[in-house]
Amino acid sequence: MQRIYLDHAATTPVLPEVLEAMLPYFSHEFGNASGVYSWSRTARQAVDQARDTVAEILGALAEEIVFTAGGSESDNLAIKGVAWANRERGRHIITSAIEHHAVLETCHWLEREGFEVTYLPVDSQGLVDPSAVEAALRPDTILVTIMHANNEVGTIQPIAEIGQIVKDSKAVFHTDAVQSAGVLDINVDRLHVDLLSLSAHKLYGPKGVGVLYVRKGTRISPLIHGGAHERRRRAGTENVPGIVGLAKALEITHAEREKENARLILLRDRLIEGLQTIPHTRVNGSLTQRLPNNVNVCFEFIEGESLLLTLDMRGVAASSGSACTSGSLEPSHVLLAMGLPHEIAHGSLRLTLGRGTTAADIDYVLAEIPQIVERLRAMSPLYRA
Amino acid sequence: MYSEKVMDHFQNPRNVGEIVDASGVGEVGNARCGDIMKLWIKVEDNIITDIKFKTFGCGAAIATSSMITELAIGKTVEEAEQITNKAVAEALDGLPPIKMHCSNLAAEALHAAIQDYRSRNGLNIPRSQ
Ligand SMILES: Cc1ncc(COP(=O)(O)O)c(C=O)c1O
Ligand code: FES
Repeated sequence: MQRIYLDHAATTPVLPEVLEAMLPYFSHEFGNASGVYSWSRTARQAVDQARDTVAEILGALAEEIVFTAGGSESDNLAIKGVAWANRERGRHIITSAIEHHAVLETCHWLEREGFEVTYLPVDSQGLVDPSAVEAALRPDTILVTIMHANNEVGTIQPIAEIGQIVKDSKAVFHTDAVQSAGVLDINVDRLHVDLLSLSAHKLYGPKGVGVLYVRKGTRISPLIHGGAHERRRRAGTENVPGIVGLAKALEITHAEREKENARLILLRDRLIEGLQTIPHTRVNGSLTQRLPNNVNVCFEFIEGESLLLTLDMRGVAASSGSACTSGSLEPSHVLLAMGLPHEIAHGSLRLTLGRGTTAADIDYVLAEIPQIVERLRAMSPLYRA
Repeated sequence: MYSEKVMDHFQNPRNVGEIVDASGVGEVGNARCGDIMKLWIKVEDNIITDIKFKTFGCGAAIATSSMITELAIGKTVEEAEQITNKAVAEALDGLPPIKMHCSNLAAEALHAAIQDYRSRNGLNIPRSQ
């Protein structure tokens, strides 16, 4: 049976060139980057070089790049770090209802610690209205955090426009660019952001390593105290192979993104059009402001987990926003925020394409899904053919 | 995460469908995740001779629906009424803890169908509380 991986928003395979770049730093060049001997110098050089590569892609200074242990940590550091460092200046934070849990749960925690959080709504396509950000800003707002591209429905937010607005206030602006790095322009000046999170494993790098960009002059407290690593913003012996892998992966995906995006958009649109021929199907998210690799649809009258199980039996890996697939038994907060009723959110399917996805994969999936939907609908008490 | 038995019943669910001249119908919704199951029974001489279901729910919900139809068929109404969600889960070689509530759906649908059969036939026995 063929195996088709269509869950690239969850994670991606490490590219061979990336793995190759990492390998020496596991064994031969294993030195701790903080020492004075030759092993350390090699490690230090590798980390410095990786930092330069990342800084260049972001249009940032090397000293503004903080390596972390992934997207969740970067989001936590940005939000808690700014909240803590600025708590005497204000305690109000603005975010959106469709953020990743790494942002939302951090905000919920801060609410319990005495901060006030405004969760901006989104429209039916999942877009935040920049004028709503403007209206929500207060003299005591210390942070605005809005994601660049949504991980479930792929909607791309007007970050540059929001950034312009936040710039005129005292607040700092963070964006979670975990889904957009390596895909979209993430130049921090063009986006007008002060903080930006990204994660290597979403862009064909290793798991457990990420970046938080911190604009010079931004007040931020560390989450992890210890040694003087990362200019005292993140203690801990550097994950040298991980950092090298992150930089290599970002370098490759960023350089090739225009060509790859054009390829993916063709496949994505073919998939969306094919799925739309199934009756009672709706496409979630914006059709124009959308990540090149994201397809998200709802098939009415069926439930997502049974869809995923059947797809898995036929070799296809995908994901769903159904309540039954979430550990909390709540349907996707993103789909609900976009105004979808509970029972429709239940039948959602996310297919996220990647570098390995071919036209033949799309054809296979387009042949399988209608049959699966029909079979599950025949079993559904809600469906009348 | 599911046992082989669950996957078998999910892949090849037994007794899917509806019974046109059913003796009783039960429809229940799952308060935890919003899923729905509908179950039809045919009762002859106090014995469940036919049973069919339709389920809008996860793999566990479909498998427990299928399993409960197998457990109930051929049983007297009183015997069928004794089938608990635990018994269904055990017959499937267990369910992941987070999926235990799905088996309630099947048990409740069966009990609702039996209740419907009784009320249609004036067989309602006062429940001892
Ligand atoms: C938008 C977004 N933010 C944050 C994260 C968390 O990243 P990580 O898995 O590296 O902690 C993810 C991935 O799950 C994501 O999609
Ligand atoms: S029916 Fe929703 S989790 Fe099982």
